[in-house]
This record gives sequence, C-alpha cells and structure tokens, in this order.
Amino acid sequence: MAWFKRSTAGVTTSTEEKLDVPDGLWFKCPSCKASLLSKDLKANKFVCTQCNYHCRIGSAEYFEIIFDEGQCEELDANLTSGDPLNFTDTKPYVDRLKATQAKTGLKDAIRTAKGLVEGEMLVVTCMDFDFIGGSMGSVMGEKIARAIDKAREMKCPVMVISKSGGARMMEAAFSLMQMAKTSAKLAQAGEEQIPYISLLTDPTTGGVTASFAMLGDFNLAEPNALIGFAGPRVIKETIKKDLPKGFQSAEFVLESGFVDLIVDRKELKSKLAQILRLLKN
Amino acid sequence: MIFLEFEKPIQELYEELDKLKEIQEKGKADVTKSISELEQRIEKERKELYANLTGWQKVQVSRHMERPYTLYYIEQMCSDFVEIHGDRCFGDDKAIVGGFASLEGRTVMFIGHQKGINTKMRQYRNFGMANPEGYRKALRLMKMAEKFGKPIVTFIDTPGAFPGIEAEERGQAEAIARNIKEMFMLKVPVICVIVGEGASGGAIGIGVGDRVFMLENTWYSVISPESCSSILWRSWDYKEVAADALKLTAEEMLKNKLIDGIIPEPVGGAHSQPEVMAQTLKQQLLTSLAELDAMSAEKRIETRIDKFCAMGEFHEA
Repeated sequence: MAWFKRSTAGVTTSTEEKLDVPDGLWFKCPSCKASLLSKDLKANKFVCTQCNYHCRIGSAEYFEIIFDEGQCEELDANLTSGDPLNFTDTKPYVDRLKATQAKTGLKDAIRTAKGLVEGEMLVVTCMDFDFIGGSMGSVMGEKIARAIDKAREMKCPVMVISKSGGARMMEAAFSLMQMAKTSAKLAQAGEEQIPYISLLTDPTTGGVTASFAMLGDFNLAEPNALIGFAGPRVIKETIKKDLPKGFQSAEFVLESGFVDLIVDRKELKSKLAQILRLLKN
Repeated sequence: MIFLEFEKPIQELYEELDKLKEIQEKGKADVTKSISELEQRIEKERKELYANLTGWQKVQVSRHMERPYTLYYIEQMCSDFVEIHGDRCFGDDKAIVGGFASLEGRTVMFIGHQKGINTKMRQYRNFGMANPEGYRKALRLMKMAEKFGKPIVTFIDTPGAFPGIEAEERGQAEAIARNIKEMFMLKVPVICVIVGEGASGGAIGIGVGDRVFMLENTWYSVISPESCSSILWRSWDYKEVAADALKLTAEEMLKNKLIDGIIPEPVGGAHSQPEVMAQTLKQQLLTSLAELDAMSAEKRIETRIDKFCAMGEFHEA
C-alpha cells in the first residue's frame, strides 16, 4: 500500500498531473507537508486541516460542496472543441484534446450545472484546471454564454468559478473573442438585474481575469489564490526585478480593491446562500 | 528608408538606383533610361514580394519603425483635433491617446494606442503598452462621446497591455474587462481598426465595435508569435511556425469571420506611402459611418452583441 509513497508531485511533475486531490488513503499537504487522511481532507472541503491550504479541486467537487445534498442537473454537457485553425504545435490540437479527454474523463475545461443552494436556485459554471490548464476556448465561451442565458431565462443568479491560466492558444483569435462574447452576455444580464457572482480560485490569470472573472457583481476569491492579468513569470521577465512577497495573491488583490471578499471554502456555501438571500429579500 | 530583412532584394535594387542617380548627377553619362527601368523593376518586384507575404513577414511590417500611428492618422484625416488627457482617477497614460476631431465636418471621438517615433518617444509611449489608466481614459472618452452623440473610432496598435507590478495593483484585468463589457452597450456607432499590432487583451480592451477592420499588413491574435513559440515550443525559435499556426493575418481573420473587413495598404506597407494610407482609411471610415448612421442605436447594439456571440467553433453531440 501507499504508506510510504509520495502521492503528490515534486517539481518535476507536469502541470496536468498537479491535481492536489488524492486517490490514496493518505494525502500530504503540498503547503505544510502534513499527512492527512484523505477522508478527513474531503470532509474539510479539500482544505488542509493543519494549515488551511486550499487544494485545487475540479467542477465535481465544487458542485458537491455548493449544491444542496450535492444534487444538481448538468447543462450543455455534450459540447466539445472544434479545431478551427487546424492547429499543431508539438502535437496536433485534436490529439491533445483526445488525450486530455481520455485522461480526465472531461469533455472540456468547464462544466455547468443548476441546482439549489440552501433552497435558492443557482446556475454555476465551473472550470477544471486538469483540462489543458483550464484554458478558455470556444467551448468555455459558449458554455458561459449559455449559463448566463439560462439564468436570464430562469431569472436566477449565475456564478462562474474560475481556475484557469487564460486563453487557449490553440484556438488563438477564437479564444480571444470569447472574452468579448462572455462580457456581452454579462452586459445583457446586467440590464436585466440578473446577479452575477464570480469566484476566483487558484489560479485565475490572463484573458479569464481580463473578462468575466473581474466583472462580478460580487468578486469572491479563495484564500491565497493567484489572481492576475499577466502571470508572475512574464512580469518578472518584463521588469527584471523580483516580485514582492504575496504579490497577486487573493489578499493582495483585495487590498488593491478588485476582489470584494475572500471566502474560505469551508464557508463558501453558507456565504453564497447569504448573498443569494440578501439579493432576493 | 528602413528595410526589413525580407526586403533585402529590394534594398539592393535601391542601392543600385542610388549609384545610377549619382552618376546622373555628376553628369558622367546619361542614364535616364536605366534609372526609369530600374524604378519600374523595383515597383514590380516590390508588388510581387508584398503579394505573397507570410504571417511572420506581415508581423514584421506591422511593427515597422516608420509605420504611421494614431496621432499621424488623426492629423492627416481630420482638422480641429483636441486631445483629451487623463482618466480622472489616477493619471494620464501616454500609450493610449484620444480626443475629439472633425472628420469632414463631423465630430468624431478618436481613441488609439500610440507608439513613439524615435527611441526617446518609444520609451515615453511605453512602446504602445497601456496601463490600466490608459484603458480607463479610453472608456471615459467613449462615455463622453456617447453623451454628446458622437461616433467613436479606435485605432489598435499594441504589443500587449503592460505587464508590470503597478499595472496589476491598479487592476489591469478589471480595466480591460470593464471596457469590453461597456463597449457593447455604447449607443453611438463604434468602429475599430487594427492599424499595427493587435495583441490579445491589450487590443480587445478598445476593440469591441460595430465594425472591426484590419489594415492589410497587421496582425490580431491572443498572443504574439514569439510568446506563443516560447510557451508551446518552449523555445524562441519557432516564431515563424507560430505565426502561421495562429492564423493571425487580416486575410485569415476575415476568413474565420472574426473581423468585418480588410483595408488595403499601399504596396510596400502603410509606411511606404502614409498619406495614401490615411486617405484610404478615411474613405473606409466615412463609408462605414454612413452605414451605421442608418441603423438605430438599439439595432446597432443588438447586432454588435450577436456578432461577437456567434464567434467560436465547437461540436454538440
């Protein structure tokens, strides 16, 4: 058994494999290195019981955490990426998609569901970082647009949970235009007084931050999440200086005035319900 | 004249031409005929060369040091330009300029990225990389144009929004996001033209319009070919391949229905005959404004939203 085996990654692990949620019985916190029982970690909403580190989780876990009894109905589940540019880098985009789909069991980097949060209807669309870094291509743009339209139709609030490196380069200008498409839908929803809650989790950068993620009526963030426009490496290379400690953390962004509140994942559901009730009553 | 790497054959012909002209001037021999032949040959070769530019070559033309920028176009096309500075919040960004000007007697709000014309000015303009206050100034000016019912024209030419510590602190992402969203709801006509580089969020931050045009030798994409090469190939050596893969030229962007039209450049690029370029651009703006005037504000907004919402390719099983 895996008593002595490292279950999490060292620095040599590829980004795709940096899933913090463990399969084994034990889990070693990437931050404080404490060994935790996996079931304790899960019961604690995948937050380290020792140091409060928020592990990276995917849409399935967020839906489980947010919706009453974990019950929800998935929407637009059958959307998959095209390859509009016939894109090939070190390997063809279509192959990359197929391999990622096989490995993750996901169709793309985002899933949408509707359900009740303490009895209040909410449409949630949530990214999966395991799928090509949660990158935004045509599917993500379309699914966010449809989630917003669903909320407009049902006259209920909509929430986007972001966890993304930004635009998907393999869809180039198509992915760039998703920034406009999603923002257009939010503009329409705004005119109809549909509340929009944006939750920024670790990491949220690039074109995702520079469009819908920053446009929430409520911009929530998870503790210590990396949030920014440019990635830290790009900034460092540009200004040729070391970055200050805590730069681009959720707390830093809150201090700068662009995040409204930081919500511990253990209190996410109750905080959400509180907001939904306040808006409704 | 500054020649690009791929223009070397043309450069050699020009050098030959200079020699002939020197001979002519010194009166050593009559070479009038040779000069005119050579001039014709240059014209012909340049035309052929520019008819078949690769993606990467177009990127180079779009960055040509002598290329006209926003202020030049405004000056050439308009009279009575009043530049308006500052975002009334933090400061005045030098990488985005704007103000009212008179285009054939009609007041238009012009907003655009501005690059510098020499080393000192390039630094002053931060190489066309705007900070959040630049995007906020742009939005302030757009709102003012809307208030007074004046159409908006934006000129896009940026290697990207500036990636710096202060830019992050002041909310680069929020500034761009807000602009994109607000531009959809502007009641006045909005025309956007990529006049040089159209890099990612920095471009689309002033790039939502009823008409989006690209000048013939410009590029528009989610990332520069160099950065794309460094990220996807983990090396700087694949910029040419990346430029092709990104399909970032005006022709390919139009084919993919991501822009509304291409504005032709003079042979040899906008910088070879800037006055001609400005006139072509002006004619296109006048034509488009007339078309947009014929629509109601509601119709324009609806069409603008529908156009961008139709962008994307996916399958649904």
